[in-house]
This record gives sequence, structure tokens and C-alpha cells, in this order.
Amino acid sequence: MSEIVRCNDLYKSYGNITALNNVNFTLESGKIVGLLGPNGSGKTTLIKLLNGLLTPSKGEILVDGKKIGVETKRLVAYLPDNSYLNSWMTVKQIVEYFADFYEDFRPEVAYEMLALLDIAPKRRLKTLSKGNKEKVCLILVMSRNAKLYVLDEPIAGVDPAARDYVISTIINNYNPEATVVISTHLIADIEQILDEVIFLKNGSLVLHKTVDQIREEHEKSVDELFREVFKW
Amino acid sequence: MDWIIDKSRPICPQICEQLCLRVAAGQFAPHEKILSVREIAVAAGFNPNTVQRSLEELEGKGVLYSVRGSGWFVGEDIAQAKEVLSGILAKKTADYFAAMQILGMDAAAVKEYVKEWKE
Repeated sequence: MSEIVRCNDLYKSYGNITALNNVNFTLESGKIVGLLGPNGSGKTTLIKLLNGLLTPSKGEILVDGKKIGVETKRLVAYLPDNSYLNSWMTVKQIVEYFADFYEDFRPEVAYEMLALLDIAPKRRLKTLSKGNKEKVCLILVMSRNAKLYVLDEPIAGVDPAARDYVISTIINNYNPEATVVISTHLIADIEQILDEVIFLKNGSLVLHKTVDQIREEHEKSVDELFREVFKW
Repeated sequence: MDWIIDKSRPICPQICEQLCLRVAAGQFAPHEKILSVREIAVAAGFNPNTVQRSLEELEGKGVLYSVRGSGWFVGEDIAQAKEVLSGILAKKTADYFAAMQILGMDAAAVKEYVKEWKE
């Protein structure tokens, strides 16, 4: 088992607002990790640092032992918290666009998943429902053969049935050599598929444990512990 | 396969218990192939690593065995599963006695109570 993510004294501020404060952790490959915290706790900042969309103010962040850059972007498949695709494009055009862009993209996997959802490749993105649009985005991300998948709020905007779809898509495409980081505040829906969790609170890491440790030590579900840690 | 999971307890032993229960109850024939790790994980929404760990644990106990490349099978001898099951029964019974004691009944009173119990 190798190390896929390392944060050393990671610090990020926007002007005089501190978004992440001395965050230290490592993640191994082959894990499904929940990145949990209330709104404004620094989840999206951490995710954007992993993708190189932001740079640390202090400290460092490494993916597969490398500083963030072209090499690490090759390894990371990222699902942003809002859509970034051109809505006039057809599903097929987007699949081809991704295949062009990413060496590790598997179009046949994408088409298979789209067929299961009855989404015709010739449909334009803007004609899809919000839920289906989000599913297409997830399919595109999970069709890459990446080492690290980073999913920012993949279940926030969808109904409970679609949530089950998202979760089973993640498990189905799970590759024991890859790590999946899922940020969410909807813990109860997702805790059964997690290996470990990271709790962020006001930009600081307050807990990093395996879910079974939490259940054993606290005799609580992750959701219950979360409510306790973040009680206001 | 339906799973009843208590999220405040580790998932792995719960998967083991429930699989043992089914084997001990004869829901699978010896050498019958069971679902793959991924199939169990997707159907129940479990973490695939947890499912894998559970099956390996049951392999260690002789309840299941794996064949490289073709999956997981129920062992020859269901006595192993029954043994695991009797362990669960003993634990549950002990828990029950402990809970009843908190409610003010000693072991003798509980036994009397169970004997008279009508569903």
C-alpha cells in the first residue's frame, strides 16, 4: 500500500481569512475517504489545492509523492461542486472531448454507464435534468482510470434514489489501487462506503480515523459523532 | 440478500455474523458460489474493502473458501458456521441477561420469566 496524498503544515488564507490552518495528514491508496465538515470548514479549499486550482500560502501538498503540477493532474480525476461543461455540447461531444483530454479516459466505460441511465449520446447537455446532468459529470470522472478521485459534494443536489445511483457508481468503478476522496455533509447516506474520515472544522483537521475505529471507540455512527463534534 | 446493519458498530463483524447465520441456517449448499465482493458491496452499499475483509475473516474460520479467479464458495463443513453462530447466540444471550439485570431481574428471575414467556 503506497501513499497517495500528503499534506505537511498546509496553510491557506484568502487575504486575512484563514481557510486552512496547519493541516497535516496522509492518505494511502486503495481507500474511500470521507472529507467531512460543515459549510465553510475548508473542504473545497483542500480539494482545490489537491487539483492545483489553488496554491498553498504555506506548507506543501503532495500527490503520489510529487508537487502539484502537470504530472499530478494526470493522476487526479476531479468532480467540481458545480458544472463546468458547455451546455450546448452533446453528451457524445463531451465524451470525445474528455477522451481527447485525458489519456486514461475509457469512452467504452462512459457509454456503458450512459446506456444504463438511458441517456442518449446525441442529447445536448442543456436538455438534461439537473440530476441527469450531475450523473453525466460523475460518469465522466469515474470513466477515467485515475489514481486519485476527488469528488466535491457528489450527492448534495440529487434526490435519494439518485444518491443511491451515485454511491453504487462509485463502488462499481472502485479500483483497489485508487483512492476516492468524497467531500460531503450528508454523512448518513455515505458512511457505509467509507474506509476512513477526515473532519475539518474552521480550517483545522480535528479528526482522522477509520470508520471502524470511530464505531469501536465511540460506539457511535460517523453521523452521530459528526453531530457531536460540530454541535453549536 | 438483505442486510440489517447497525451503523454504530463496526460493519465487518456484522457482515460476518449475517453470512454465518445464512450458512448455518442452510441457505447455501456446501461449495455453493456466493456473490462476489463487488456484487455484495454494490447491492448493499458497503465499502468493498470491508466486504473483502469480512470474507477473508470467514475464510480464516473455515466458513468460506476462495478460488483464485473464480470467487467465493461456501465451505464443506457447516459446523464451522454453526460454531460461529453459537458464539453469537451466547453473546446475545449474555447481553440480554445483562440488560435484564439493569432492569432489576437476576439470572434466576430472567430464566423464570423466559419460561413463562408467550409470544
